[in-house]
Amino acid sequence: MMIDALTGVLLIPAVGTMLLAALPGYRLTARLNVLAAFLTFATASSLFAVTSESGSYLLVDDLNKVFIVLTTFVGFTTSVFSASYIDHEIEIGRLTPVFVRFYHAMYQALMFAMNLALVANNIGLMWVAIELATLTTVLMVGIYRTHEALEAAWKYFILGSVGIALALFGTILIYMAARPVIGEGLSAMVWTVLITRASQFDPALLNVAFVFLLLGYGTKVGLAPLHAWLPDAHAEGPTPISAVLSGLLLNVALYALLRFKMLLALNPAAIAPGPLMVTLGLISCLFAALMLYRRRDIKRMFAYSSIEHMGIIVFAFGMGGPLANFAGLLHMTMHSLTKSAIFFAVGHVAQAKGTQKIADLGGLTVTHPVLGWGLVLGVVAIAGLPPLGIFMSEFLVVSSTFAREPWLAVILVVGILVALGGLFLRLNTIAFGEPRGPTAPAQASYLPMFAHLAIVSVAGFYIPPALVLGFENVAKLLG
Amino acid sequence: MRGITFDVAHLLAGSLVLVSFMQLYQDRLYALLNVFALHALVLAASVAWQAFIQNAPHLYVTAAIALVFKAIIIPIALHRIIVRLGIHREIETVVGIGPAMLLGMGLVALSMVVMLRVTAEADPLAREDLAFALSVVLLGLLMMVTRRNAVSQVVGFMSLENGLVLAATGAKGMPLVVEISVAFSVLIAFIVIGIFLFRIRERFDSVDLQALERFRGERQ
Repeated sequence: MMIDALTGVLLIPAVGTMLLAALPGYRLTARLNVLAAFLTFATASSLFAVTSESGSYLLVDDLNKVFIVLTTFVGFTTSVFSASYIDHEIEIGRLTPVFVRFYHAMYQALMFAMNLALVANNIGLMWVAIELATLTTVLMVGIYRTHEALEAAWKYFILGSVGIALALFGTILIYMAARPVIGEGLSAMVWTVLITRASQFDPALLNVAFVFLLLGYGTKVGLAPLHAWLPDAHAEGPTPISAVLSGLLLNVALYALLRFKMLLALNPAAIAPGPLMVTLGLISCLFAALMLYRRRDIKRMFAYSSIEHMGIIVFAFGMGGPLANFAGLLHMTMHSLTKSAIFFAVGHVAQAKGTQKIADLGGLTVTHPVLGWGLVLGVVAIAGLPPLGIFMSEFLVVSSTFAREPWLAVILVVGILVALGGLFLRLNTIAFGEPRGPTAPAQASYLPMFAHLAIVSVAGFYIPPALVLGFENVAKLLG
Repeated sequence: MRGITFDVAHLLAGSLVLVSFMQLYQDRLYALLNVFALHALVLAASVAWQAFIQNAPHLYVTAAIALVFKAIIIPIALHRIIVRLGIHREIETVVGIGPAMLLGMGLVALSMVVMLRVTAEADPLAREDLAFALSVVLLGLLMMVTRRNAVSQVVGFMSLENGLVLAATGAKGMPLVVEISVAFSVLIAFIVIGIFLFRIRERFDSVDLQALERFRGERQ
């Protein structure tokens, strides 16, 4: 039963990819895409119901269950949004049916790759899965084939490739460190074996390996000096892909990083991975917060906001300890839900107004009240205002840091406040400024956006005890 | 461990670093492609030698991929792309050859210092291989940042990847090496097809400042 659910989250998207690549008719494929994403989500949820059991290639534990369920849930809601988004793109002729077929197949391939990366018990397999995820998103970012989209896809491709190349070097070094202890062959790359023997590994090799892994997977997380691909990829690709990139793919890369952090934490002689992550996290947060002020493109602005939040999350996990890890997990979940909701809104806004330029958007709450207020709610949430979910998680991150390293907490708060200012400055023009552009009602499906926002709003007041317990377990696991 | 097997492996890995240096100072694309083919050839020999001394027949597959795909097919494909794009006469001078070589030497010294120090307990062949592999990786990165032309960036990426394959084969008994080299070949094939289909000449540095601004999406 266990193995069935586990292979299910891989099998459904894999079959979906082939089916969607073969079937004509974009309306049908869009629905099938939603169906496949829903089935994957349902299967992933059933992982909670049964006890876990891991093989030498696949693995289920408390940590990746959280990631899988979050990934498949946002994957499902994004597929609903994507269906209405794609409808409109076809109507205005920005995409042809052939490309839509390709797009849907790639969407499922991406879900497959992300799930594979999350359930992989073998660090080599995990690397291959993340490479596959990069490839599929590159193809989707470039799907409009405009000059800008191709440049963005190319930049993403080159930087992403360098990132995963560095990550592979780190993976090889981990194997080199494990080999004298575990012996040659497959088991020296199996995560569950590595973690039990990590304390005996050569600490110097582990140190160098972690630096490469941090730089490599950190590129995919979008950490500050390595983030250059992220805003372009978000801005030029189709909006559902921006939502999936921000909400999910960054998390998957972060998950890989966390796995290796756990390895290092078990070896007392190796460097502490925490301070490195804290530093990169703070730099990302501050840098992205400042960059928010000069944005003129709405999707690009929220891409920088994603860098800022990934910075906060990496910071929290870098601080470590049960409370900060809990806060990091909660923040990651809230950010995924909120940011994808924002991209759902932005996608429909950009379609209704025919532009992504902030200067040409204005008075959304007047011209498109539902979308406008949805966006306002999303931005209020992402900026971390009370009483919404992100306020909760940011508050936890900051307060847990204050108890240990007050100065770091001050820097973090400055970053969060600067970002808040930047976001509201732009939101003011977009939502409440003078109405601009077309006022025709948007053909939008509001359900995914408001579902996410509802979860985030409720999470500000009430988080189910079962979820708290689950997160606490994972936080302990992370060390 | 010592003796002729060690010396040959050492020689081949060292030659790979040397060929990486040769790539750094090629300023014509054709010449660069020829040197890259040599790079892949040396890699294939090195991997085949590792397969022989480790008694690991699956590594011959990796060697064959390096030989057929990277030393023959890719250079020929890129050759044709260069002709089609009409950039075969172009000469690149981004960073001068002198500074690039000096930087390269610094990187090799860095990787020797880092790798030989941290792998003091590993067996000598593996640690030297790893040090050479890191040098090749870093030289590939250096090439990617000093070149503007998309084709030479791809060549830089591929030589970086050759360094990774060298590291993976040097790590004795590492599983999934063949799978990883196949995955990389797919990646490279995509890149090359991408260049060809979309006629990408340069990444994001363009002499045309207006194009740059438009690309950044920030101009109103």
